[in-house]
Amino acid sequence: MSQLQPNRSKAALNRFLPGLVGIAALSVLYWAGMNLELPGFLGKLTSPMLWRLLLQSTKETLWMVGVSVTLAVIGGLPLGVLLVTTTPGNVTESPLVYKVLTTVVNIGRSIPFIILLVAIIPFTRLVVGTSIGTTAAIVPLTVAAIPFVARIVESALKDVDKGVVEAAQAMGASPWQIIIKVLLPEALPTLVLGVTITAVNLIGYSAMAGAVGGGGLGDLAIRYGYQRFRGDVMLMTVVVLVLLVEVVQSLGDWAAETLNKK
Amino acid sequence: MIEIKNLTKVFTSNGNKIVALDDVSLTIKKGEIYGIIGLSGAGKSTLIRCINMLEKPDQGQIFIGGKEITALSGRQLRKERSKIGMIFQHFNLLSSRTVAGNVAFPLEIAGTPKAQIKERVNELLYLVGLADKANMYPAQLSGGQKQRVGIARALANNPEVLLCDEATSALDPQTTKSILALLQDINKRLGLTIVLITHEMEVVKEICDSVAVIDNGKIVENGPLVNVFAHPRTEAARRFIKGVIQIDLPEEVKEYHLRQVDDSKSAVIARLSFIGTSAGEPVVSSLVRHFDVDANILAGNIDHLKDVPFGTLVVELRAKNGGLDKALKYLAERGIEIEVFNDEPTSA
Repeated sequence: MSQLQPNRSKAALNRFLPGLVGIAALSVLYWAGMNLELPGFLGKLTSPMLWRLLLQSTKETLWMVGVSVTLAVIGGLPLGVLLVTTTPGNVTESPLVYKVLTTVVNIGRSIPFIILLVAIIPFTRLVVGTSIGTTAAIVPLTVAAIPFVARIVESALKDVDKGVVEAAQAMGASPWQIIIKVLLPEALPTLVLGVTITAVNLIGYSAMAGAVGGGGLGDLAIRYGYQRFRGDVMLMTVVVLVLLVEVVQSLGDWAAETLNKK
Repeated sequence: MIEIKNLTKVFTSNGNKIVALDDVSLTIKKGEIYGIIGLSGAGKSTLIRCINMLEKPDQGQIFIGGKEITALSGRQLRKERSKIGMIFQHFNLLSSRTVAGNVAFPLEIAGTPKAQIKERVNELLYLVGLADKANMYPAQLSGGQKQRVGIARALANNPEVLLCDEATSALDPQTTKSILALLQDINKRLGLTIVLITHEMEVVKEICDSVAVIDNGKIVENGPLVNVFAHPRTEAARRFIKGVIQIDLPEEVKEYHLRQVDDSKSAVIARLSFIGTSAGEPVVSSLVRHFDVDANILAGNIDHLKDVPFGTLVVELRAKNGGLDKALKYLAERGIEIEVFNDEPTSA
């Protein structure tokens, strides 16, 4: 094991190197643009005020994304399963149900998020009692992510070997047993990658949550970095977002790799 | 055990009707290994998939152990299916489960208690010789080992029938042999009825008791293995048999010898087929002694059909004064199949 250690840290370095180089490049550009002395620049980046803002916003982003990913999986998984099993020749074949579901999912996916955010305000108020704030932003994020997750689940399950499903049928498995014991376990690594993609997407979407006072890193970048010309805030927000996405993606890749027995 | 009556299945693709099964009737006896052989597209796959209703036939009935399986659906069908094992060309194992997990799968489906599952899985893995691979994943196994897992899985619920859908077609000849030996072993040991479809005559020859030849959706010939092999009545059957057993002379050799034979009264080139005990008798030498015949052996082969020896000789026989007719009659009386080449038009 001791021999593996250097290799692993080397792999981790390779994984994060592009991100780190990007961050360094951004910092140099910003530094050059601000025309500041190095001590002044570093002073700005280490101000306690900035770090408090960053910490608060990171927490908000994690909360919004974490909850909405979880809810989106709970809502999207059965939808995705149905999108597969109701197709002709499948275990719970039903052309009508499929047609309805696929239409609903397509409509859901075609509405721009910023529009959805505002359009479902009454629904949001009904669910969480308010239409502004971090928790209120979770509702539109979830609603937007459910059809996305449904499509991702659909494509993952469609990749499952038809022969395996047939073998289960030949053994007398019921449609429910096929879904629970065959389709989902066999597709699990792909599903984990799909959830990772959803989480990364939602980190991006959550930037728009500022429109309903949701807060989060994106909101911080817009309000301070863009509207108040605070380059330092903008820079550090981007740095945190890059790191966040890297970490989420790495975790997802690692989990999928570990689960994959093919 | 299995009774198939007037089974018909028609597929429609792009408005074209393809008759996969055309009024197929078969009876498969309890405890026998029944081979169904045909070229790809002949309908054999559809036929075996109809037996456990993976494919729903358009017409006809299938009875397994007296129960009409074609009349069942839903829960009842699933219950019957759990008593029919099936193995596949591409194994169809769950890649996310270990070997033991795969074998446990049908038991879980059937609602067997956990403790019992564990015991049964061990038993089955021991039976197929994979006791040491219980915790490996299918991806770590060879093709032959995967098929052994498939067999263990198929036997889990103590089925009375095992369906083999091209079970050895993806395996190399040596592995095929070991899998066939395993199938034969469980057939004997458990009294299991085995139905196998294949395009490999070798497989049929090796382990089948009975065989049916399917061509264009129709059963063109069927019966005990030896009978079909010895007296193929159709071109389709002959084609399959030729490939593995009935030796032929190379065209040039055949022509050369046929040219020597100008008078079919005094000389013939013939193929003699010996089945069972006659394969062990010194027929040619006694022929020569009794009938003043010259025999020139051009080619010969001895093989076996399951447990029955099966020999073939291509000989040139010469005799004067009508001795030839008597000689051929003598051979026929010994139960030897004779096929005379002289009258056959050569392809060249």
